[in-house]
Amino acid sequence: MANFDQELDASGLNCPLPILRAKKTLGGMTSNQVLRIVATDPGSVKDFEAFAKQTGNTLLSSGEEGGKFVFLIKKA
Amino acid sequence: MSDQKKLAIIATKGTLDWAYPPFILASTASALGYEVEIFFTFYGLQLVRKDISGLKVSPLGNPGMPMKMPFGPQWFRGINWNIPNIIQANIPGFESLATTLMKKTIANNGVATIAELRELCQEAEVKFTVCQMTVDLFGFEHSDFIDGLEYAGAAKFFEFAGESDICLYM
Repeated sequence: MANFDQELDASGLNCPLPILRAKKTLGGMTSNQVLRIVATDPGSVKDFEAFAKQTGNTLLSSGEEGGKFVFLIKKA
Repeated sequence: MSDQKKLAIIATKGTLDWAYPPFILASTASALGYEVEIFFTFYGLQLVRKDISGLKVSPLGNPGMPMKMPFGPQWFRGINWNIPNIIQANIPGFESLATTLMKKTIANNGVATIAELRELCQEAEVKFTVCQMTVDLFGFEHSDFIDGLEYAGAAKFFEFAGESDICLYM
C-alpha cells in the first residue's frame, strides 16, 4: 500500500462529516502530502471522488479494507 | 473578479428535520471552495437562535416520516409505527416523543447535531443574513440570536443571490 503522511479516521461518521473533516485535515497539510481516510459511510465513495474533482486534490486510490472504505488523497 | 463559485440559500423552516439541509449543503459547499450565504427568514430564524435545543420534528400530517424505534432488537427497530393523525394530535407530548426518538436516531447513525453543523458553517465563514422584517414580525430581539449575523432585507439577499451560481429555497 502507498505511503501517507497523515491519517483521518472518519469511521461511524455520516454525511457530510467525513468530507468536512477531510477538508479541515488537508488544510493543515502541505502540498503533495498524502492523507489516508478511513470511512464507513457508503456514500463517501462517490463523495470523495466528487470532492477531489472539485477541489483539485488528487484521489490516488479508493478501495475497501475489512469492510471499511479507504481513500488516499494527495493535497494539491 | 474572483472565479470562486457562489451558493445562496434561503432557509424558511424552523423544525429539526428542516434545519439539516441548509447547514449540510452550506458546510459542504464551503469545503468544496464555494462562497456561501444563507438568508434566514420566517421560521428559519429558529435556526440562528442562541438556544436551538428546542427544535422539534412533527410526524403529524407528515406521511413521509417513518416512525421507527431507535433501540431494541433489529426486528423491533424495523417496525414502522403507522399512527393515525387523529391519535397523534390527541396525545399530549407526542411531538416531544417523536423529537426524542429522532435525536436518538440521529446520534445512532453518526449524523452531526444541528449545533455542530452550524458551528462548522461559521468556522468555514458561511455568511448568515437574517431577515429583519421577521425579527420585528415575531417579536424577537437581536440578543435572542447568535453573534456574527447581519440583519437586512430582501434587497440584500439579491445582491448576493444575483451573482450566485446556485440558489436554493428551503
